[in-house]
Amino acid sequence: MSDLRTSAHAGSKRTVIRNAKLLGNDLADVVIEGPVIVGVELPGLTDVTDATVIEADGLILLPGFVDLHTHLREPGREDAETVESGTRAAALGGFTAVHAMANTDPVADTAGVVEQVWRLGREAGWCEVRPVGAVTTGLAGKQLAELGAMADSAAQVRVFSDDGKCVDDAVMMRRALEYVKAFDGVIAQHAQEPRLTEGAQMNEGALSGILGLRGWPAVAEEAIIARDVLLAEHVGSRLHVCHVSTAGSVELIRWAKAKGVDVTAEVTPHHLLLTDDLAASYDPHFKVNPPLRSAADVAALRQGLADGTIDAVATDHAPHPVEDKECEWSAAAFGMLGLETAFSVVVESMVNTGLLDWEGVADRMSWRPAAIGLVAGQGRPIEVGEPANLTLVDPNATWTVRASELASRSRNTPYRERQLPGRVISTIFRGRVVVTDSQAVEQSDELVRSSGA
Amino acid sequence: MSSGRTRTVLEASDIDRVLTRISHEITERAKGASDLVVLGIQTRGVPLAQRIARRIEEFEGQHVPVGALDITMYRDDLRLRPARPLESTQLPDMGIDGRTVVLVDDVLFSGRTVRAALDALGELGRPRIVRLAVLVDRGHRQLPIRADYVGKNLPTSMEESVRVRVREIDGEDLVTLTKSPPKPVGGGDAA
Amino acid sequence: MNKHLLSAGDLSHEDALLILDTAAQLARVADRPVKKLPTLRGRTVVNLFFEDSTRTRISFEAAAKRLSADVINFSAKGSSVSKGESLKDTALTLEAMGADAVVVRHGSSGAPHRLASAGWINASVVNAGDGTHEHPTQALLDAFTLREKLANGQGDLAGKNVTIVGDVLHSRVARSNVLLLDTLNANVTLVAPPTLLPVGVQDWPCSISYDLDAPLGDCDAVMMLRVQGERMNDSYFPTAREYSRRYGLDTRRMSLLPEHSIIMHPGPMNRGMEITADVADSKRSVIVEQVANGVSVRMAVLYLLLGGIPEEGGATNE
Repeated sequence: MSDLRTSAHAGSKRTVIRNAKLLGNDLADVVIEGPVIVGVELPGLTDVTDATVIEADGLILLPGFVDLHTHLREPGREDAETVESGTRAAALGGFTAVHAMANTDPVADTAGVVEQVWRLGREAGWCEVRPVGAVTTGLAGKQLAELGAMADSAAQVRVFSDDGKCVDDAVMMRRALEYVKAFDGVIAQHAQEPRLTEGAQMNEGALSGILGLRGWPAVAEEAIIARDVLLAEHVGSRLHVCHVSTAGSVELIRWAKAKGVDVTAEVTPHHLLLTDDLAASYDPHFKVNPPLRSAADVAALRQGLADGTIDAVATDHAPHPVEDKECEWSAAAFGMLGLETAFSVVVESMVNTGLLDWEGVADRMSWRPAAIGLVAGQGRPIEVGEPANLTLVDPNATWTVRASELASRSRNTPYRERQLPGRVISTIFRGRVVVTDSQAVEQSDELVRSSGA
Repeated sequence: MSSGRTRTVLEASDIDRVLTRISHEITERAKGASDLVVLGIQTRGVPLAQRIARRIEEFEGQHVPVGALDITMYRDDLRLRPARPLESTQLPDMGIDGRTVVLVDDVLFSGRTVRAALDALGELGRPRIVRLAVLVDRGHRQLPIRADYVGKNLPTSMEESVRVRVREIDGEDLVTLTKSPPKPVGGGDAA
Repeated sequence: MNKHLLSAGDLSHEDALLILDTAAQLARVADRPVKKLPTLRGRTVVNLFFEDSTRTRISFEAAAKRLSADVINFSAKGSSVSKGESLKDTALTLEAMGADAVVVRHGSSGAPHRLASAGWINASVVNAGDGTHEHPTQALLDAFTLREKLANGQGDLAGKNVTIVGDVLHSRVARSNVLLLDTLNANVTLVAPPTLLPVGVQDWPCSISYDLDAPLGDCDAVMMLRVQGERMNDSYFPTAREYSRRYGLDTRRMSLLPEHSIIMHPGPMNRGMEITADVADSKRSVIVEQVANGVSVRMAVLYLLLGGIPEEGGATNE
């Protein structure tokens, strides 16, 4: 663990990050005042009077990460996670913005619910919360939700998804794709043909046949993606594909992009690292939707993220209470935590394998996701005048994941007792240092309010 | 393998003579062979029982039923080691009810094997009389059990081990005494 | 043998023969006046059945009692709604009661694995059938029956051709049998319509045939698996009639078998579906013997798991 790097100056509104490697390239001192970057200078030239100083030698400064896919569970499942605990976990993971998925209870299919989630995020103050609106009311797939009302609300929703469920009706998907053009929205599809995956438990392959667990075939994901990219092309809309998990899906997206279809895609950290043979233990900590796949799929996903076919890393952070994971496989809930381990898993699977450099990490974890979600103020260059949403990381640190030490309310991480490389040291959200020395810094209400929306 | 001094206690010819004497003693006491059943205790008691039965048949001119008794399931020390493979229990067709059963074993030591054999026998039927014949009695009884017919009385110390080899299983007939702490494996070192 | 019996695939050739040889000895107990051995006296065996199965439960109960163990029957209808309450809390209760072995049948594949590895109990776990995964003692009693009938009750099944017919996709009996028969060096052929074979079956240690008539001329044993008529509602096959016409064992097909061939079924049978009444009741059918052999085999399993201290690692005995 690093020594304490931050010397706080009480009452100071000025923060100086010294000797950081910007995007893994040049060394610089970065000066922040209020919510804005006011200086990016050669190291050693900065005046640090009355400033909180963060010593960053050996550390890399990246734009704050933007997660396109998180489950904060509030309202409805506060036993698993709340907006406060989830965004705290996000900040520890280096995220300065998260998109909160709509499959809450009640479902986020009205302006009222999305505004509630947005407000909870502001009050917690750990990072920006961008609520995702449901595509159909109640996620039932039968009727479009009031997408316009959600877009116009204080939450300014731009990403719509029935995630958890697939918008499988072709006409419904077409209408949704067309409708959101009016406010530059994007439909984020959870690609899973429901009839091909009834009762499915794990990837359909040699192992599912041996383990006696019903299979979730790759074609159930690929068939929907194939249809949706053609629909998006036909109606001239943007499409975003959630948690791509198969080699075939990567190929389809590559083909669609080459044709000029406006499609973007995300991959979860766990799909970049873990394979379906973990299911042989029947430990439901490895049960997730879409399921862990084969080594060949993992390799194709890594390649796809490296060459930009896949635009973003999105965690699909899915907290579940202990009893939903401590039982037999078929009774267990689908999903894994992801916010606090995402960066490390990307380091292990993409950086340490030479597939992505630090600019690539900035691109896939911040620039592109911010662009896809149209999140103003996030994914910005590290330059004077830009909002100070920054993440400072130690590429050489290692840490052991202990479920009980995570900030999330839930414990369902697949990396229990695993050593991972890379650590988020500091996270700065709108100029406020919310994470220091890999620990969350409690914020006063006043401070949170003062930093504005 | 044993690391101490080993000496021969009984050679093949000794064993032959001893078995012949025991066979005579059995028929003398039973006044013939009419209701005898000879049962060997697995493993090495079995070929010894067969040889005794054949000898009795020779000089009495009467068929002597012979069988085998596996006592594994009746042992009192099962929980001390991993589960042992079973050997077969084969009783002659007419059974043992009301008959004179002669149990045959290679070495009598603590007496626990014989106790187990008596329990096993009790669940297979009700003999009128049970007698015990052993090739070697090495002393150190832990239970009130004694043999009726003994091939050789062999006083031993606890640091010595007795090893019985029989032709039918080991390729030769030999009884040896070795000075070293007894090991759990090996021929005929009855518990 | 190690502490649990969860999968037939965990048994080495040596382990499997040890179980079968032990079962052969224990089978004699049934012929004795006192049908009991004192070996597991004072041990407690719990039958933890989340799925109804009178036949298997009684078989395990008889096996445990013949070894003088105490038997507790626990019939729990676990539903996915009660989740952890079904398995974990039940396990903790059994541990508090001092179970030495837990024989578990559950509708969820992997439930015995969870019991054995979650750290809730110290008992040995015997898988009596988990979902569509495995049923190792069934495979063992099938192998025992095959050995008695085809190999004089000794050694393994080298060179024997066994044909298994039916809903392989949903059959734990098929999975366990394929694994164990391969370990015992038999040649297995699976026969089923393509819809009832799992993805990846071509990598299993057996051959596949979509045609039932083809392997019959050459096979030493036919094992018919139960096929549920309701599968036709999920389009695995069009009608029960077409299924039995193409994959049912009837008198005509029985006549294709060599003289010495035997017919097996794990039960319960769907007479008229996968097997006609004539065939089930014919002289070649060893279905009743399979049941009797089940008790001996389960006695052997319980004895080897509980009759001594647990072994480290593999199959060696002294």
